[in-house]
Amino acid sequence: MLTYLLRRLILVLPVAFGVSVICFLLVQIAPGDPLTAIMPVDATAEEQSAMRAAYGLDKPLPVQYAIWIGNLVQGDMGKSIATGRPVAAEVFGAVQNSLLLAVSAAVIAFPIGIFLGFLAGYFRDIWIDRAVTAVSIAGVSVPNYWLGIVLVIIFSVNLGWLPSMGAGPGGSSEWQWNWLHMRHLILPAVTLAVVPIGIVARTVRALAGDILTQDFVQALYAKGMSRADVLRHVARNAAATALSVMGLQLGYLLGGSILIETVFNWPGSGFLLSNAIFQRDLPLLQGTILVLALFFVAMNLIVDVAQAAIDPRIQRT
Amino acid sequence: MTDRLLDVENLRVSFDTRTGTIEAVRGISFTLGRERLGIVGESGSGKSMTGRAVLKLIRPPGRVEADRLAFGDTDILHASDREMRALRGRHISMVMQDPKFSLNPVMTVGAQMVEALRVHERISGAKAQARALEMLEEVAIREPERVLRLYPHEVSGGMGQRIMIAMMLLPQPEVLIADEPTSALDVSVQLQVLDIMDKLVRDRGMGLMFISHDLNLVAKFCDRIIIMYAGRIVETCKASELHKAQHPYTLGLLNAVPDLEHPRERLDVLVRDPAWRAAPSVSARQ
Repeated sequence: MLTYLLRRLILVLPVAFGVSVICFLLVQIAPGDPLTAIMPVDATAEEQSAMRAAYGLDKPLPVQYAIWIGNLVQGDMGKSIATGRPVAAEVFGAVQNSLLLAVSAAVIAFPIGIFLGFLAGYFRDIWIDRAVTAVSIAGVSVPNYWLGIVLVIIFSVNLGWLPSMGAGPGGSSEWQWNWLHMRHLILPAVTLAVVPIGIVARTVRALAGDILTQDFVQALYAKGMSRADVLRHVARNAAATALSVMGLQLGYLLGGSILIETVFNWPGSGFLLSNAIFQRDLPLLQGTILVLALFFVAMNLIVDVAQAAIDPRIQRT
Repeated sequence: MTDRLLDVENLRVSFDTRTGTIEAVRGISFTLGRERLGIVGESGSGKSMTGRAVLKLIRPPGRVEADRLAFGDTDILHASDREMRALRGRHISMVMQDPKFSLNPVMTVGAQMVEALRVHERISGAKAQARALEMLEEVAIREPERVLRLYPHEVSGGMGQRIMIAMMLLPQPEVLIADEPTSALDVSVQLQVLDIMDKLVRDRGMGLMFISHDLNLVAKFCDRIIIMYAGRIVETCKASELHKAQHPYTLGLLNAVPDLEHPRERLDVLVRDPAWRAAPSVSARQ
């Protein structure tokens, strides 16, 4: 198991390198000059080239990449062109908020999805199964930004129960563990949870349904075991695959919440990303994408290792 | 308890589907004592369904009906879930066709054997482990300590089936239902597994229901044979008197098997007469 872990860790290095190159290049390919966003329209050519030199944008791309990655490994991700603040501080603050939102959505979605999936898998092809399938298809299909707006209309505008914007009172972006702040988390987290509920429910339904038709389940009953015991065995068989789906979902939740964060003005990475795109803020864009991508890589690693730990059929050497 | 372990009268297994009711087993009666009873038939003859019906392991929409279905004095037909759980494994156990699929793939052999025992007996894990070890030795497994720590995908088919037999016999049931226990195994290990099962069943004075499509194998290992066709018993006879069988289906089956000592140019093709579906069964003993 330890060798497996080490081998997987070493394999992460080239992946991380590739990710960093792609992050860097993608931003270069994107149209638009970052300087036009911050320079006055009547700036002279000399002023423009001086600014270009100050940000290092006049050097060839490989050199720019080398400088960027060199600073990166020392923890320096450059300064935002738009705000002048260090990218690292901006990104980590935002990623923390996004992580909070993503984990909250996962905490809501995964247990519900697992429960519904088991229910449907166990009562396959009768009305319970059909109802769960309908719910999960609806969950996956409904555009969640639309759902977010509908929830805001119902719970914020009409009922006035929950706030609709920001991560704290008065639009503060500093998170604190108290009810005043947690109220702000409820609507976006619930909205974000709808898609993974559907995906996890369908995955677990398929897994449970499939495992329940296998011969060993009959053998378990023949041993004299109860339904609860058998379901425990089924859960153990389904765990590895279900876990990998959930791990990837958590990655998607973190990176893919741009629309939800925009709808709810949640000061997270998606929100930061969309601002950085519109302001052509290259260092901020690169930094944010890189951190999100690396998070996804890390998530994959954790999922793989967890899967190998749970399922003995996966090679562990 | 008398020597009559299982008593089955007019057993029917049917499945309600949208296109009508499919009758897998259509009113069969037999008894099982402390003997080895072979149930032979082709695919779809209802032999496996008979085995599962005895344990009430027919999944919905399947239905089990009978005039009488009893284990000793226990009425299986009207037993509650709880009573069935106490019966399954402890008194009537089952070995299935393919050991690759009849063990939980993510649990060690040892954990599954210990579990089989602890469902029915309040004993410590260490004691259960010791019993499992003994049992593995009885099914001729070398290095049982090592095998207990293996996962099902790490053992061969023949070994897997011996493990299954060991596991299912661990709580010392009186009846074992073996549903094609060697069909998925290499020919080279089939006899070995059968010999082991046969010895255990005889030593313990158990009743064995041996379900198979292999008439010769059954004739060799069983005391009595039931031949099933289309959900009914067409013939019952002593294994030693199989050659005296009268029913055309049984004769057809026998004639479709090649004989090394009397090789024939062409083997007979089984001709099925629809009238057999309804005709009463014959018995070679009378």
